[in-house]
Amino acid sequence: MMNYAVEVHDLRVVRGGQVVLQDVTAQVQTGSVTGLLGPSGCGKTTLLRSVVGVQKVAGGEVRVLGTAAGSAVLRDRIGYVTQAPSVYGDLSVMENLRYFAAVLGAPRDDPERVIAAVGLGGKEGARADRLSGGQQARVSLAAALLGTPKVLVLDEPTVGLDPVLRAELWSLFHRLAAADDPVTFLISSHVMDEASRCTRLLLMREGRILASDTPEELLARTGAGDVEGAFLRLVGAAS
Amino acid sequence: MSLRRTTATARRVLEQLRHDPRTIALMLVVPCVLITLLKWVFDASPHVFQSIGAALLGIFPFIVMFLVTSVGMLRERTSGTLERLLTMPLSKGDLLGGYALAFGTVALVQALLVSGLTIGPLGLSVTGPAWAVVLVAVLDALLGMALGLFTSAFARTEFQAVQFLPAFVLPQFLLCGLFTPRDQMQTVLRWISDVMPLSYAVDAMDKITSQSSVSGGLVADMAIIAGAGVLALALGAVTLRRRTE
Repeated sequence: MMNYAVEVHDLRVVRGGQVVLQDVTAQVQTGSVTGLLGPSGCGKTTLLRSVVGVQKVAGGEVRVLGTAAGSAVLRDRIGYVTQAPSVYGDLSVMENLRYFAAVLGAPRDDPERVIAAVGLGGKEGARADRLSGGQQARVSLAAALLGTPKVLVLDEPTVGLDPVLRAELWSLFHRLAAADDPVTFLISSHVMDEASRCTRLLLMREGRILASDTPEELLARTGAGDVEGAFLRLVGAAS
Repeated sequence: MSLRRTTATARRVLEQLRHDPRTIALMLVVPCVLITLLKWVFDASPHVFQSIGAALLGIFPFIVMFLVTSVGMLRERTSGTLERLLTMPLSKGDLLGGYALAFGTVALVQALLVSGLTIGPLGLSVTGPAWAVVLVAVLDALLGMALGLFTSAFARTEFQAVQFLPAFVLPQFLLCGLFTPRDQMQTVLRWISDVMPLSYAVDAMDKITSQSSVSGGLVADMAIIAGAGVLALALGAVTLRRRTE
């Protein structure tokens, strides 16, 4: 039997009278680095918010690590990084991370560990709002790595980052996912190129899931040369 | 609620203030300057300073904390940090308690400074105990903080949050007994002033300056201010939603 860290069944989300997610059913395998790919505005962020448990839903079920999304027991086991860096701009990198570590009950030296992990060594004392956009995004990511999260939900975490750094972050994700006590990643992106870095893919368009596969199976099944081509063929087949 | 998370939150709020020395200076210096100015303005009629001065000691902390908290909490809401905190194991009580602890500390410093100046060099005569002046000032600050936190839920921008000051605070300012004794107001206005918490701040300060002992009436005023603060905090807690559209 397959072990799923996240299970979504018939999820329906309506915002401002508009149906944003339409009967979405999807699973994320434990220890996978799952990419949620689709054009902007297709409902990726809404699906991620539903998994984290901060989205009001109109119907269906979302379970994370076997319990209903948003349950109190999940709050120190699921990390969420939004597109906008959710950190205090008027605090230093270290002050931000110390505070979030205290809230999570993480060890005192945990901020140093996550600062190193996201490559922000030397920036500990810098005010977050004086950093570049990419650096702020990394502070936000560092905060999600604090403690011992089992599931990390990342909304476009690598946008605007230097390619070298982007490669480093992806290898960090894979290292954490492959650990004995694995972390499961659900990572959204509107850049189809990032698909090759994922072990599983969820393709999304207009509030529906188009495909759920490994990158290799997806290409083999659609006969396309790349994920963008596979996406186009799936859309063509559906209409 | 957890003591560790509450104190960590208070520490974080104070750290944010520490990075903003201009705001600290404004919070501490402006009330001192204003009360000194008031003393000068009524130099020829000291009885006016005597009656208004004490009331202002209760009103300043209320206004300052209302403003700082409504803008601060609005920033938490719009920057996404509030949403991040609510996905973490932080209870609403930890967050509100942390804010109360941090701003209560600042209010205490402000109250000691302003009342020290007013009762000392400016010569406001206080018949009752001076600690009661400080206590009422801190309670008023916490009430202002709680109301600021609550009203921040109805503002989308910092412009709107600041406009809530005239909308929420000025009516209380007009009706609290500072300009006309409340028992001389028209009946309807009197009723309105009866349900506005700032009125009890002015009543309490009046009692402290004129009565030598802590009367039951003063304790009742303090209880009403504290109760209104708790009520506003509870309403504020309702506006902190873990799930949103």
